[in-house]
Amino acid sequence: MFEQFLEQVPLFFSYHNLVFIAQATGRTLAMTFIGCSVGFFFGFCIAVLRQSTAPLLQIFRWLAIAYVEIFRRIPFLVILFIVLFVIEPLMPGTSLFGIATVSVCLLSTAFLSEVIRSGLESVPPQQVEGAKSLNFNALQTLVMVIMPQAWKVILPPAAAFVVMFIKDTSLASQLGVIELTFAGKMLVNRGFSPVLGFGVVLICYFALSYPLSRFAAYLETRLASS
Amino acid sequence: MHHLEINGLSSAYGSTEVLKDVSLNADKGEVVSLIGPSGSGKSTLLRVLIGLTPPTHGEVIVAGKKVDYQNTRDLKSLRNQMSIVFQQYNLFQNMTVMRNVTIAPIKIKKWPKAEAEHAALNLLEKVGMADKKNAYPEELSGGQQQRVAIARALATNPEILLLDEVTSALDPERVNEVLDTIRTLTDGGITMIIVSHEMAFVREVSTRIAMMDEGRIVECGHPTQIFDSPTQERTREFVSKILKH
Repeated sequence: MFEQFLEQVPLFFSYHNLVFIAQATGRTLAMTFIGCSVGFFFGFCIAVLRQSTAPLLQIFRWLAIAYVEIFRRIPFLVILFIVLFVIEPLMPGTSLFGIATVSVCLLSTAFLSEVIRSGLESVPPQQVEGAKSLNFNALQTLVMVIMPQAWKVILPPAAAFVVMFIKDTSLASQLGVIELTFAGKMLVNRGFSPVLGFGVVLICYFALSYPLSRFAAYLETRLASS
Repeated sequence: MHHLEINGLSSAYGSTEVLKDVSLNADKGEVVSLIGPSGSGKSTLLRVLIGLTPPTHGEVIVAGKKVDYQNTRDLKSLRNQMSIVFQQYNLFQNMTVMRNVTIAPIKIKKWPKAEAEHAALNLLEKVGMADKKNAYPEELSGGQQQRVAIARALATNPEILLLDEVTSALDPERVNEVLDTIRTLTDGGITMIIVSHEMAFVREVSTRIAMMDEGRIVECGHPTQIFDSPTQERTREFVSKILKH
């Protein structure tokens, strides 16, 4: 088996295969990056909405809570299939990658909104009362007082969440998106040794997530001391 | 015309009424202190005045104008004239001392930065904190933070200053530095409403004292009246108990 492995190495690392793996890595990264960026934006909106007190927004607060609670409880794979079966008939021709990315956005919005909400809630209410008494409006309070204090609490778990998501995007392979996991499977199906095929996939996942988790750990220690 | 007039003011947290039909007034430059046991509604009264807790009944009239606490514009103009210093200082933790004092003048009142900083430095000198202008609140002692908080409250040139148990969270040794700071302000023409448990201080600086109990004003009068010859049994009981210690 080891001989077979050695024999395959030059074949495996052909230009074609390397491009194939790089593209697959790119898709994994793109799904994670787009998903988490969009998720951070909408998660932020939801978190701020849930902190608001205006009676007019009550219906939206309920909707936001329902969204967050539901999407945090559905397995990612199920979300993928729901999105697939909703989008396919509505917008035929949408790429599988697009469908998977939308699913990632839906899920990360729900999770990141909770991360951001707990960050906002970590700022003592006295800080807000101080701002109010000085005539700050809600937006000024958020931008000048709450966020500068909340981001320290938000960033470490948010980064950990992104690392987790890099791995979760592998479920998109079930939909047929040629991301890292699916690429490994295809190479093995073509006859390459599983040790080689999935070994390279493993290294790619590690190369994506390790720097990020180191960065998260760095942030955590740096913010804890400041 | 009184500078601040409170008529039949009530407020409630949920179904518990914590302020019951309170009437009080203060003329320009007066120092009115509120004394009474914990939970008697003193702090709530200040919170209602600055619009942090909504009133359920009654009216507040500032400089002849009735304040509608539901109205954002009214609240804004009220807080332009009125500042509060909190028991827990509530300084912005993410800003330096200087920034804490200048942020409202610069960002809210739109004063030129140089002018605001010049004024802030004067105020910080007045409260003895000018040398700490670049420090963050967490680097300061409670008494120092409270002196900065007083400077911050004064930075917007309020006509009415509310002081909510400003020494209660401090080490005993730090109390006097803050009281000294307030003393220097009492002759500055600012109308003050002070909630305090420092009886000697209250007696010295107040023009009038209101005794509160269970959400009501029991008695209001000149310091000598309240401390030496109170007309109400409740006041006598409270004052004698607190002066014995």
